[in-house]
Amino acid sequence: MTQFTFVDILTNLLWASRWTLLLSLAAFAGGGLLALGLLFAAIGRARWPGRLVRLYVEIFQGTPLLMQLFLAFFGLGLLGIDVSPWLAACAALILWSAAFLVEIWRGCVMAIGRGQWEASAALGMGYAAQMRHVVLPQALRLAVPPTVGFSVQVVKGTALTSIIGFLELTKAGTVLSNASFQPFTVFGLVALIYFALCFPLSVGARRLERKLNVAH
Amino acid sequence: MTYSFDFGWLASYWPVFAAGVAMTLQLIFIGGLLGIALGIACAWARSLGPRWLGTPVAVYVELIRNTPFLIQLFFIFFGLPALGLRLGEVQAATLAMVINLGAYAAEIIRAGIEATPKGQFEAGASLAMSRIQTFRHVVLVPALERIWPALASQVVIVMLGSAVVSQIAVEDLTFAANFAQSRSFRAFEAYAVSTVIYLGLAIALRAALMRLGGLIFPAPETAR
Amino acid sequence: MSLIEIAGLRKSFGSTEVLRGIDLSVASGEVVAIIGRSGSGKSTLLRCINGLESPDAGAITVAGEALGTGEARLRALRLKVGMIFQQFNLFPHKTAGQNVMLARQVVRGHPRAEAEALARRMLNRVGLGAKFDAYPAQLSGGQQQRVAIARALAMEPLALLCDEVTSALDPELVGEVLGVVRELAAEGMTLIMVTHEMAFAREVCDRVVFMHEGRVHEVGPPAEIFAEPRTPELRAFVARGH
Repeated sequence: MTQFTFVDILTNLLWASRWTLLLSLAAFAGGGLLALGLLFAAIGRARWPGRLVRLYVEIFQGTPLLMQLFLAFFGLGLLGIDVSPWLAACAALILWSAAFLVEIWRGCVMAIGRGQWEASAALGMGYAAQMRHVVLPQALRLAVPPTVGFSVQVVKGTALTSIIGFLELTKAGTVLSNASFQPFTVFGLVALIYFALCFPLSVGARRLERKLNVAH
Repeated sequence: MTYSFDFGWLASYWPVFAAGVAMTLQLIFIGGLLGIALGIACAWARSLGPRWLGTPVAVYVELIRNTPFLIQLFFIFFGLPALGLRLGEVQAATLAMVINLGAYAAEIIRAGIEATPKGQFEAGASLAMSRIQTFRHVVLVPALERIWPALASQVVIVMLGSAVVSQIAVEDLTFAANFAQSRSFRAFEAYAVSTVIYLGLAIALRAALMRLGGLIFPAPETAR
Repeated sequence: MSLIEIAGLRKSFGSTEVLRGIDLSVASGEVVAIIGRSGSGKSTLLRCINGLESPDAGAITVAGEALGTGEARLRALRLKVGMIFQQFNLFPHKTAGQNVMLARQVVRGHPRAEAEALARRMLNRVGLGAKFDAYPAQLSGGQQQRVAIARALAMEPLALLCDEVTSALDPELVGEVLGVVRELAAEGMTLIMVTHEMAFAREVCDRVVFMHEGRVHEVGPPAEIFAEPRTPELRAFVARGH
C-alpha cells in the first residue's frame, strides 16, 4: 500500500486544480459569449425573443446544476455524440453560466434610467444608436462588478463535474481521500485551494462595486 | 442511431420519487429554518455585535461563500469523523445546508440591517430598550422585509444545491433519479423527470416563501 | 429643587466643539424652549440629556441621579426622560397601538392587556383613539408625530424632550401637534423643546434659552427674550423673524 505524505496530497491536488481553472475559464468565456447573444435578443425591439430568454433563464436557474450536468452527459450521448466528461461539463456549465450572466446584464441595461433614453431620443438617435452609444456603454460599467462576482459561482460550480467523472480538484480530492484514508486533511486542503481561487475574485468584485458606488 | 424516449416505465418508480421529494423538502425545511436563524445571528454579530465576535463570523462567512457546497458536505461527512464527530448522512446534509445558507443569509440580512434608518435605533434607545431589545423588536422585522425576496431566492438556491447530498447516500430526489436510472438504464428520462420536479419545487418554494413574507410583514406601504 | 441639572457640558464632533460648556437647570413642571441658529448646538444638547450622545465633559443630573455611561445607567435615565424626534421615528411594522405598547411590554414587562389599555388611553389623549390599528404609513405626518408623543408618554416620563417636532411637517399639520404639546404643558409636564416656532415658544414657555456657538447666550422669560434682547446676537436672531 502506498503511503501518502502531506506533500504528495498537496501536489496532486494542485496539479488537478489546473482542470478546475481550465474548465472555469471555458465555462465563463463560453457562457459569456452565449449570454451576449441572448442579451441582444432580449433587449431588442421584438417582444418574443425576450420572453424566450426569460424562459431559458427560469429553467436554468430553477433546476439544479447537477441535473443539467446529468442531462448534458446522457442527452448528448443520445444525439449520437461520443461524450467525454469534459465535453458534457463544458456544455452544461456554458448553458448554466449564460443563464445567470444574461440575467445580470439585462438588469444592468434596465438600470439605465428613462432620462438617458429620452435625452438620446431627443437628439434624434434611433434605437440601435441609443443602445450602442448611450445605454450599453453605461450598462457595461455597471455590469463589471456583478460579473466578476459571478465568476466565483462558476469556479464553485465546476466542483459538480466530479460527479459525472471529470477529474478536477474535487474528483482528485475524493480519489485521494479514498486512497490515503486522510479525508480531513484532503478535503480541508481542497477547500483551501477553492478558497484561494475564489476569495480574490470575491474581494475584487466587492472593490469594483465600492468604486462604482463612489463614482455615482 | 435513433432513440425512442420512453417515460412510461417511470410510473412504477413513483414511490421512490415521492420519498425523494419528501427528503428534499425535509432537508430544505429544516435547513432553511435553522439556516436563516443562523444567518440572523451572524448578521447581528457582524453589523451590531462586538468586534471579538464579528471577526470570526466574517471568517466563517467568507470561507463558506468561497468554497463549493459539495466540498463543505464532504468535509462534514468524511472529514469531521477524524475529529470524533461522526454524523449520519441526513444529519450531515442538514448541517451542511444550515452552515451554507447561514453564511449567505448573514450577508443578505446584514444589508437589510445596515439599511435601517438611524432614527429607529434612537427611538428604541429613547424608550429605554436595550440594544438587544431594539434589535429584536424594532430593527429585525423591517430589515428582513427589505431583503426578503433575496433571502427567498437564496433558500431556493440552497434547495437546488441540495441535489448533491445524494453523493453521501442521502435518499433525496436526485438519489431517486439515480436509483431509477441504474435499474432501467434509461438515464436521460430519469433525470429529465427529476429536473422537471426540481423546477416545480423551486417555483412552489419561492411562491410559498413570498406568501410567508406577506404574512410576516403586514404593514401596508400605501400612504393614507 | 430642579429636575434636570446640567453643568459644564462639553461635546465635540471631530475637531468641532459643538457644546462649549453648558450650564442649565430645569425645574419640575417647567416648559423651556431652546432657540438658536442651526449649528448652535441645540439638538446636541437635547440628545445629550437623553444619552443619545455621550458628553466629553460636564455633568447631567436627572431627578438627583447623575448620567453615567454603560447601558444600564442610560436605560435608567431614559425611563425618566422621553424623547420626540423631528422625523417621528415610528416603527413602520407596528400599528399605532403596538408602537405605544411595545416599550411598556418589553422594557417594563407589563402584560399585553395592561399595555393595551394604557396605549388606548394615551392615543385618546393625543386625539387618535380611533387610529389604534393603523400603520404609520397610513397616517399623516401630524398623526404620526402625535402617536410618537403618545408612545413617549406611555413610559410615564418625568420630562419630555422635543427635538424640532414640527419641522418635518407640512404647515397645515403643525397646529395639531403643537396643540397636543400645549395641553401637555398645561397639565404640568416638564418640557424641553428645541423649536423654530417662536410664536408658540412665546405663548407656552416659562423660559427661553438662546444658544449661540455652543453656549447658552441668553436666558429669560419669553417676554424679555423676544421684546428686549440684551445681546446683539439674539437681537439679530429675533430680527430675522424666526
